[in-house]
Amino acid sequence: MIIQGIAFYVFAALLVASGVMVISARNPVHSVLYLVLAFFQAAGLCVLLGAEFIAMILVIVYVGAVAVLFLFVVMMLDINFRELRAGAMQYLPLGGLIGVILLAELAAVLGGWIITPAAQKIASAPAAAMGQATNTEQLGQLIYTHYVYLFQASGIVLLIAMIGAIVLTLRSREGVRKQNIGAQLARRREDVVAIRKVPTGEGV
Amino acid sequence: MAEFWSGFLLPLIIIVLKILAIVVPLLVGVAYMTYAERKIMGAMQLRQGPSIVGPFGLLQPFADGLKLFSKEHILPAGSNRVLFYMAPMLTFFLALVAWAVIPFDTGMVLADINVGILYLFAISSLGVYGIVVAGWASNSRYAFLGALRSAAQMVSYEVSMGLVIISVLLCVGSLNLTKIVEAQQTIWFAIPLLPMFVIFFISALAETNRSPFDLPEGESELVAGFMVEYSSMPFALFFLGEYANMILMSGMTSILFLGGWLPPLPFAPFTWIPGPIWFALKIALCLFVYVWVRATMPRYRYDQLMRLGWKVFLPFSLVWVVLTAGVLVTFGWLPK
Repeated sequence: MIIQGIAFYVFAALLVASGVMVISARNPVHSVLYLVLAFFQAAGLCVLLGAEFIAMILVIVYVGAVAVLFLFVVMMLDINFRELRAGAMQYLPLGGLIGVILLAELAAVLGGWIITPAAQKIASAPAAAMGQATNTEQLGQLIYTHYVYLFQASGIVLLIAMIGAIVLTLRSREGVRKQNIGAQLARRREDVVAIRKVPTGEGV
Repeated sequence: MAEFWSGFLLPLIIIVLKILAIVVPLLVGVAYMTYAERKIMGAMQLRQGPSIVGPFGLLQPFADGLKLFSKEHILPAGSNRVLFYMAPMLTFFLALVAWAVIPFDTGMVLADINVGILYLFAISSLGVYGIVVAGWASNSRYAFLGALRSAAQMVSYEVSMGLVIISVLLCVGSLNLTKIVEAQQTIWFAIPLLPMFVIFFISALAETNRSPFDLPEGESELVAGFMVEYSSMPFALFFLGEYANMILMSGMTSILFLGGWLPPLPFAPFTWIPGPIWFALKIALCLFVYVWVRATMPRYRYDQLMRLGWKVFLPFSLVWVVLTAGVLVTFGWLPK
């Protein structure tokens, strides 16, 4: 039990520290790497909670894919971040407000559980009904059986967002030569190569 | 004090010993993998391969290791010192840490976690960081180009690899690696899922940056790609990490498709040979094919590589996942 407690405080402290470093690091690449570290600490906390599936998916999706793309973009773009940061303080009130709202919501949920302990049972009711199944199985049951329509709807929202992003960025440019693999494979020797007998001194 | 000893210190010592029991043979395996690769490629190209140091050149890997130790290491001007040294360490660390969940026999596993295959997938998807960070931190055009290629390549092939893993999981009904192997008691998944086996193997080649997909280090155009600025031990760590990753990917292939530690036929004389030996033999078989491919195939062009990943493997494995699920449901073969 003590080791779990120590592990929790280590993960939590590193999570907060790397979160602070994400916004305060001077080099944007370092910021992204601190973000990766933060994701890892969050995954560690999930493992401590017994949510190993969520932890692994967090690492696979966020660290393995999303943060790689961030890193890609930050390394490729040559942005002067000092200029960008110059006006950053003006967003502080808005950012602070969002933070306060999130904190208040969390406090409301946790406070509700403390005031009426019965409320906590409602939150975990579907999972409790499944007894001792592994949490992968429980999530599968919940998402694909109990909430399948909501799951499909969120999938459609994501699909539309993806199509939107493609439509916004797709433009056909003139004068760009593209490889047409079908045309390349359909080439026959007769069409492109001719053998001529050229008499000396006369040319073709 | 006695409680501290039996409840904390003793398990810790046992775990450390177990880790050593996995890591030491792994590193020896890595050393002799380089030797085997040079010997096999030598035989395929009608050469001798290493033959001077020790009998049959058997001490060559150690000679190479000593040589790398004694080299000067160079920090390029304008490089990022911390990240420059962190990248090879990360690559090597990830290649070792993945072995924690690999089962060598029934119950012979360091950490028998329920989401073993996801853990392996997560670790293998992190490998890209070592390469990207190395490319960026060395402050060199060649290294950076190699790193970008590698990032794009590894992200692309992970997608189809994920779908291949899903189609295996559909047949098993569990994410636990031991259960995946035990589900192959009747038939190895390489037979009913043969196309997936092939796709997984090719994706593993791309994931480990091996020939014919070794564009990140394509020496004809990028000198040595992301590790062009590395020398001495940091280079050796990249090298060890790469070969350990190859062994890991072969282990994953044999667990997912070749029945892990199970003998090919479930009766004597096959059952006399213990499980870990079968497992090692299957890994060795996969590694041999890696080397064989390297000695045979020319390097892919970059656009062909992307096309193969996104336009061939991804749709095909997606269709195969649907097909597998359909067959399992139709015939009522879904695992309980």
